[in-house]
Parts: sequence; structure tokens; C-alpha cells
Amino acid sequence: MEQKLVALSGNEAVAYAFKQARPHVASAFPITPQTEMMHKFAEFVANGETETEMILVESEHSAMSAAVGSAAAGARTFTATSSAGFALMWEIVYVAASLRLPICMALVNRALSGNINIHCDHSDSMGGRDAGWIHLFSENAQESYDNAVMAWRIGEHMDVRLPVMVNYDGFIISHTADALHMLPDDAAYDFIGKYKHAYTLLDPENPVTVGPLDLTDYYFEHKASQLATYERVPGIVQSVSEEFGALTGRTYQFCEEYAMDDAELVIVVLGSSAGTCKDVIDEYREKGVKVGLLKIRMFRPFPVQMIAEKLAGRKAVAVLDRSASFGGQGGPVFMETRSAMYGQQVPVNNYIYGLGGRDFDLHQVEEVIDDLQKVAAGEELQLINLLGIRS
Amino acid sequence: MAGQMVEIRWHARGGQGAKTAAMFLAESVLTQGKYGQGFPEYGPERRGAPMRGYTRISENPIRRHCMIENPGIVIILDPSLLDSPAAGVTAGVGENTVFIVNTTETPAAISKKLNVPGAAVHTVDATGIALDTIGRPIPNMPMIGALLAVDDMMSVKDLQTALVEQLGAKFSQKVIDGNLAAVERANKELVSA
Repeated sequence: MEQKLVALSGNEAVAYAFKQARPHVASAFPITPQTEMMHKFAEFVANGETETEMILVESEHSAMSAAVGSAAAGARTFTATSSAGFALMWEIVYVAASLRLPICMALVNRALSGNINIHCDHSDSMGGRDAGWIHLFSENAQESYDNAVMAWRIGEHMDVRLPVMVNYDGFIISHTADALHMLPDDAAYDFIGKYKHAYTLLDPENPVTVGPLDLTDYYFEHKASQLATYERVPGIVQSVSEEFGALTGRTYQFCEEYAMDDAELVIVVLGSSAGTCKDVIDEYREKGVKVGLLKIRMFRPFPVQMIAEKLAGRKAVAVLDRSASFGGQGGPVFMETRSAMYGQQVPVNNYIYGLGGRDFDLHQVEEVIDDLQKVAAGEELQLINLLGIRS
Repeated sequence: MAGQMVEIRWHARGGQGAKTAAMFLAESVLTQGKYGQGFPEYGPERRGAPMRGYTRISENPIRRHCMIENPGIVIILDPSLLDSPAAGVTAGVGENTVFIVNTTETPAAISKKLNVPGAAVHTVDATGIALDTIGRPIPNMPMIGALLAVDDMMSVKDLQTALVEQLGAKFSQKVIDGNLAAVERANKELVSA
């Protein structure tokens, strides 16, 4: 498939992908922490480039509520937010997943208050990690775009019917001009396909009840049914990603493996930091250090089996978290990864880094790899470390 | 790979167009078969406050997403930043760094102020050129023209083509023509030590 090479910010790239899905409805709170992603999409609407109905509301809570109403009515729907905006949505984020509404959302990952900060970390999405959405993370503008195209197919699949969150790092990806290949509009829409609803509120011949009172009698059974759904999600993500790979030449797994074949030392990370790690890994590889990277693309459902398999038999693993779990044992990616590796004898250490947009530079990756070498040599290091903190 | 990468740091004050320049340059090198990455350092967005922008250019896809620590080229859009320690125009520079400064002073005078032994210093009156050609003191585009006199990442003509494409939808023909002339003049009027 011929694809145009363009330079766009992550926000513009995702706005294009969402436009190519020809959504019926977009709901948004139009003020900060909303990003240029929705600004760009609103431009498309204003210019008549898409027939999407734009619903601007007074808060993110209402933006997600409007998205739920729209999706329940049977419309292809998306929204976007960031940081505290996602936190304000929280109540309805659960509703969207529980009602099995395949809403798409761009979540531009930025820190939560306080203190007030506008920069990147993953605290926002991690706050919603148990809410029932599918979470895809992106390393750069290309992956943000690709995930934003695939998100519809995954969420709208009749065996899935779940909302999908496309995560990309605030400023680092969202506001950075970067080169990417974009599908032609028609090819993207052909891939995504025409929207099919499972149920609609607007069909009087087939009335349905959405979101009723559900107490001790059946609430638990409905949750059991929802829980079972996540077993089916990986297979669908896999097949959609393979189909996307055949179309574009860009293949995706639940995790990306970089220099992993013979790696004794492994860094596990999400998002834009993966690219920075790759550059440093190349330097260490030239020096003969067998270090590799496992980048988690799908954080929910968590790819337990793949992670357990890929990390088995390594000499040392470092898990990098761009969010903290206050009072917990390390960051969320660490807790999940270590849990997936239960029973393995591989030492795993955690590094909390980049909170509030603290630059994740090449030296920090070097520090992690140097530590991994020490751990592999039998040295016992601190389990949970803060990386790049001012002394 | 890192050896082939050009890393540029822009220093300006809010409102001088450094963000636009940093991102526009990254976009326009795509026409040369190169990869570009452009981003500003976001902070309080106030007109007149010191700010930085960054551009990376490479033959290969650019994977790293960190700030530029040791810029090969430093472009200073506002000469008053030379006297501001907070602006940090010499942070991470070395004898191989190339400075391009918007000023009416000579490269020798600027070299003395910068005090970076071995660094090449070039000057251009980008504000004067912008006032003459565009009618407004926005030095960003002329500074890209000046950059192309010290690095052959693309021709002035290709830059102008990219400029027309970028500005075409938003600005009047007069503004576009002004920018095209500004780029060309700054490219010719760059003064080297």
C-alpha cells in the first residue's frame, strides 16, 4: 500500500486517524488540559472535511457522559483528554467499559496535580487501569497514528465491544513534529470498516435497557461476563494487528522486542522512552553487552503470558515506570511484570523515572544498563529506585 | 547513527517564532529524504520570556525522545539572551559547536561574549532583514536561511518551496513573498568570522 510520508505532531497524526474512521460523534471539553488533538479535529469539522457531530461540553465528566450516550445510541464515537481531564472523567470511564461501548479515546499522557504540572508522565492512564478499557501505548507519532487506526477495529469487534484508549506521551510525542507514513483516507476507512452497533437505543422495534439498577442479584454475574471478555481481547488485537501489518508493512505485537534474541539483560518500558533506550542499547551492543528491550504496547489487557515467556531465563530485568504507586511496592508496570514472572528466578528491579516530564536522557538509560550488569554479576541492588532525581 | 545526526538548539523569546522554526525545519527536511524531529521546551507561555526549541535531522529514523544535551548548532534569535545566564545559550556546547546569532554586531564581538574556545560564530541581522522584507520583526525564517549557509541539509530553493506549502493556506501572498525574500537575503548576508 502506497503511503504518504508526512511530518506531523502526534496530536495531528491521531486527529487524522480519527477523521479517517469517519466517526459520527466526537465529544470534548474544549479547554485545557484538552490538547491540540481535539483542536485539530474541530478544524476538520469546521472545514467540512468530516461530517462528525462535535459536542462541546463543560467538563470531561460530561464529555465522557456524552460519549456514553452517543455510543449507546449506536454511533461511532470518540473523545480525547489528558491529565486531570481524565481524572475528572473517572466515574464514567467505568460506565463506558461496563456498558461495553466501543468508544475510542486519545489520552495524551500527562502528570496529575499537585503540584500543578503540564508535562508527561503516565499517572493519568494508570489511575484508570482497572476501569475496563483496552490501553494501547505508542512510542512515536507513527505508532500513535497506527494505534488510533487499529483502535476502532479492536474495540468494535463483536467479540470485544470495549472502549479503547490510545496513549501517547504528552509533549514528547503530542507536540513533537515527527515523520510518519499515513494511509490514504479511503484505505484507512476500508480497513476500519463501516460502524456496526450491537444494540441501539433508537430502535423501538427492539427495545433494550442500558445501565439499569443491578444489585446483589445479578451485578456480580454481569462483572463475571465482563471479566471473561478480556480473555478474548488479545486474540482480536493480534489478528487486527496482523491485518494492519499486511496492509501497511508495520507489524505490531502486544510487546515489541528489540535486540532480545540473545539478550541477558532486559529493559521493560512503555511509550516514547523506548526509542531513547534503543539508541543506548545499540551503543552497548557495540561494546558486546547483551542488552535488549521489551516495550509493552498493550498494557490492558496485560500480556501476562508473552511477558513471562520473553523474560524467562534472562540474567536481570529492569522495569521502568513513568508513574508512581504511592504506598505500593514500585510502579504499576513493575508490579504487573513481576507478578507475571512469579516463580521465575530472574532478578527484577524497578526504576521510577520522568515524573512531571523530567527529561529521560541517554545517561539514565546508561545508568539502568550499568545496574543490570551489576545485578547479572550477582550484586544485590535496591529493589525500587528513582532515576534522574536531583541530588 | 548518532554521528550522522544534526542536533540544533534554538534560543529565543516567546513570540519570535522559534517553536515554528524548530518544527518547520524538521518537517521540511522530509523533502530531502531525511528525517526530522522538532519540538519546543514548553513552559509558561509568555511573550518575551526566554524559550528553547530543538530540531534533530538525520538520514535514519530518529528514535530518541530526549532533550538535546550537546547541540552541534545553536541558533540565537535574540541577542539579549547572550547576557542572560538563565537562557543558558552555552550549556553543553564545545569547540565543534556552530553558533548563528541574530545581531548587528560582528562575529568577533559575539565570540568574545560567548567565550567558547574553538566554536564557530556566525552573525546575521535577521531582525533587520525581517523588518525590510516581511515588515515585522520576526527573525525565525531568516534564521533558517542563515542556517543553510553553514549546513547544506537542503537548498534555499527547496526551503522556499516548503515555506510556500507551509504558509500558503494561512497567509497572504505579501507575507509569503516577504518570507521568501527574507530567507534568501539572510542566506547571503550571513557574516562569518
